[in-house]
This record gives sequence, structure tokens and C-alpha cells, in this order.
Amino acid sequence: MALLLDKVSYIYGGGTAYEKQALKNITLDIPDGQFIGLIGHTGSGKSTLIQHLNGLMKPTSGTVYFNGADMNAEGFQKKELRSKVGLVFQYPEHQLFETTVLKDVQFGPKNLNLPQLEVELRAYDALKMVGISEDLYDASPFELSGGQKRRVAIAGVLAMKPDVLILDEPTAGLDPMGRDEILDQIEKIHKERKITVILVSHSMEDVAKYVDRIIVMNKGGIAFDGAPKKVFTHYKELEQIGLAAPSVTYVMHDLNQMRIPVATDATTVEEAKQEILDWWRNVRERIIR
Amino acid sequence: MIRDITIGQYYPSGSIIHRLDPRIKLIGTIVYIVSMFLFDTFWGYLVTGLFLFGIIKASKVPLKYIVKGLKSVIILLLFTVSFNLFLTPGEHELVRIGFIKITAEGLRFAVYMGLRLVLLILGSSLMTFTTTPNELTDGIERLLGFLKVIHVPVHEVAMMMSIALRFIPILLEETDKIMKAQQARGADFETGNLIRRAKAMVPILVPLFISAFRRAGDLAMAMEARCYRGGKGRTKMKPLKYKGKDMMAFCVLAVYILAILGVDRYFPMI
Repeated sequence: MALLLDKVSYIYGGGTAYEKQALKNITLDIPDGQFIGLIGHTGSGKSTLIQHLNGLMKPTSGTVYFNGADMNAEGFQKKELRSKVGLVFQYPEHQLFETTVLKDVQFGPKNLNLPQLEVELRAYDALKMVGISEDLYDASPFELSGGQKRRVAIAGVLAMKPDVLILDEPTAGLDPMGRDEILDQIEKIHKERKITVILVSHSMEDVAKYVDRIIVMNKGGIAFDGAPKKVFTHYKELEQIGLAAPSVTYVMHDLNQMRIPVATDATTVEEAKQEILDWWRNVRERIIR
Repeated sequence: MIRDITIGQYYPSGSIIHRLDPRIKLIGTIVYIVSMFLFDTFWGYLVTGLFLFGIIKASKVPLKYIVKGLKSVIILLLFTVSFNLFLTPGEHELVRIGFIKITAEGLRFAVYMGLRLVLLILGSSLMTFTTTPNELTDGIERLLGFLKVIHVPVHEVAMMMSIALRFIPILLEETDKIMKAQQARGADFETGNLIRRAKAMVPILVPLFISAFRRAGDLAMAMEARCYRGGKGRTKMKPLKYKGKDMMAFCVLAVYILAILGVDRYFPMI
């Protein structure tokens, strides 16, 4: 049991005109090794929730446990927690500040007071993992392209070797190719290192292909929580809260309406293709017979 | 912690004070500040205090919220009060410890000075609580419009002011975000000696400056894309016009000034 939230609520600007309840009584269990998609409309509380997971925000009420220990208790080592629960913010390229790419990635492990050799090894390792080629290591991070900057920033968190990696909209503002590259790399890291990954997004399409659990947030509460196939069966309710199931879900439902018996729980284009081909083969065989 | 700064922040409550013309609020604030120096008796403070309290009640801004703004000037306040208390010469000596002495005149002076400062700060912060930065610059632009005759670029200065004010919350938010992002990478801003802490600021300041320049560049581009070229021939969508309630406010202001002068003149000195 890695992360556990027990009746967590959070109120912004308590006691002022801007008071707003961002999280409402959230109870959530995040076991080791899962690949989770956290989905919600703008302002649904996703970003607030993930900042509770590494102790950057303190819940107004409720408790957050990391490996069984209350992370907001007196004497809890926050620094160690932050190396174990790596958080990549939205537009992480805005946090770059060093003179070279390599130095910037070393910032995290250096803060952990590791020996210099270990710091460098981790930086090389992390940069390789996100696919930054060696000729860029000594370049200024500000000279890189948008996609490269973002990957360097992600490497900066990966270099701390977290057990849980949380990414807040890692694909925002990237073109489709850059998006697929980053998501594929994250999936690879998840598989190789066997770490928990939480991917925050407002697009079902993006995450459906990768994750094995989807948590849907709405107005500070959890609306749905389960495997993608299960969550997408609620596609009508998802629409009501300003989200949508992947396009293939709609295609399959439409095919069903046209009396073509295909399973409607396909979540990726690949699965849908297989499903339709199977049906077609059946029909063909029947005609031949 | 950055969000705790309340001085100079807008507090929306939609009260009558909020809906007044910004020009009357500006004039009112100036008159109020000047009025603080028109009296020298207890009665003057009473009238001013009641007047301010009335305006605060009418503005529907919680008193607690306004008083919070005093925290940022508490040092200045303490300095002024203690200097006046210990260094005013006078005939009626109250306490004497070594070379430090407190006189009755000093005590009176210190209390009045402290009161005056508190009233001054509360009164002027009330203006920013009830007026959005945009309204404020609009008001300033109109009030100082006559300076255009001697080729003072009033509109440009007002525009710069409103942009600067608009950037304050944006940059505060940005600082908060960058701090959190670096904390997530294990940065530590709270422990260590002064040099260590100053060094820890670099990972915040560099990204902050870069983002400020980027935002300024974007804004300049967006303004130019919409053909902005200064104030010449520019009209307003919502031009400022005095209405009935503004005239009322002028009357209230006049009554206040007369009351101040009256009590200072005809009531016995305390």
C-alpha cells in the first residue's frame, strides 16, 4: 500500500471572499506499480489532489498516508518523501534554470546529498531514459525545442529515482508526435522500473491506451474509479461532466445501433479494429456457407 | 504564505462603495488624507474614526480583512510611536528611567500619531479593496487628463500602471508554482544560513525572470496585433460618467470636512 488518502478535504482561501472547496472528502487507495489516469475537467481538483500526494499541500481535514505513515505528522521527512513521490508539474520546462542540461537534471539528486558520482550517473541515466541525445548534455536548456525542454524537465524528476511518478498534463501544448513520444517513454519507464505512474489529463483519448485504472474527478470529488473499459461504459454520464469517452467508444455504440453486434467496450483503435474484423470474418464465413 | 498579502488587493462584494465612480474614490481618499492634518483634538479623531467605520460598513469588506493589511506596516508604526513617546520634550514628566523619560505631551503625541497612521493606512487601503486596478487607472487617467496640454503622456503612464498592477497577481502565482516545482525536486528554502538561503533563491529567480520577460513579450505582441499605438484617438467602451450616487458621495465628503473643521474649532480641547 503506497499511497492512501483518508477523507481528504481542501479549502482554498478559507475565510475570504474567494473561499472555494477544491477537494471534498476524498478517500483513495493507490497501490504500488499501477499505471493510473487521473481525468477531470478544468477546475475539478486534479492538480490540488496530486499536490497532496507529495506533501506540497496540507489537507484542511483528513490524512494522507505514505507507506503507512501520516505524511503531515510532526517529524516526517518531507525531503525524502519528495524524492520517493516525484511530481512533474504542468509546463515543467518553466522550472529550468541551470546553465547546462546536465546540471539542471543534477539539481534534484544533488538536493538529496548523494555523492557526486551517483548524482552524475543518475543524471545520465535519466536523460537517456527520456531520449535526450548526448550532444545536448552541455547545451543551455533554453536553446532546446519545446518538446526537448519538457523531456529534460521530466528527467530532472526521474533522476531522483521516485517510486511514484506523477505527471500533470505532460502533453499539454505538444504536437501529436511529441505527445505520443512522451507517453510511449513514460510507459517504457513504468514497465522497466516497475514504478507507480499517475498521469493527469483531461483527455480520455490520451490515457486510455496506456493506463490500467482511470480515476475521474468532478467538482472536487471522485465520480468514477476503475478499469478504462468499466469507466467508459458510463460515457453518457461522462459527457454530462464535460468529458467524453474515446471516439472509438462512440463508433462501436453507433455500429451497435446499426445492428452490427460488436462489443462496445473497446478502448483503443487497435481493439476496435480487431473487434470489427472479427465480426466481418464471421459474416463472410456465413455468406460463403 | 505569499497569498497572505492583503494590502492593495481587490475584495469584490458589489457594495455601493464598489460601484462609485473611481474618480470620486480617488478624490475622496486624497481629501481624507489631507483632512487627517486639519485637526488636533480628540473630537477630530472621533469624527474621522466614525466616518471611516461608516464607509467600511457600507463597503461590506470584513473589518478583519482590512485590519490584516496593517501587519505589513507594524514595524513602521512601532518605530513612529516609540520615537514620539521617548523623544518629545515637555514639562509634565510621567516616568523617568535613566536618561529616558516619558512626558505627558509625548504620550499624547505618540497615541495621536499612532492613531493618525492607522486611520491613514486603513482609509487608503479601503480604496484598493473597493476599486479594481483597471478602474483606478481609468480614474487617474481622467483626473490627470489636463496634463496632456503640456505634453505629459498621461494615457501611456496610466496604461503602464494598469499593466504593472495586472502583473502582480500573475507573478505571485508564478512564483508560487515555481517554488513548488523546485520543492518537488528537493529544493529547500527554509533552512541554512543567509548565504545558503540566498543561493537557494536562484532556482526561483531565473525561471521567474524568464517567464516575466516571456509574458511581457507576448503581451506586447498581442497589443500590437490589435493595432494598439498609444492614447491618440482612442475611445473607451465604458467612459466614466458621474451619476446620482457619485453626487451623493461628494455631499457626504463635504459634510465630513465641515464636521471636522467644526468640532476642531468649537469643541473643547482634550
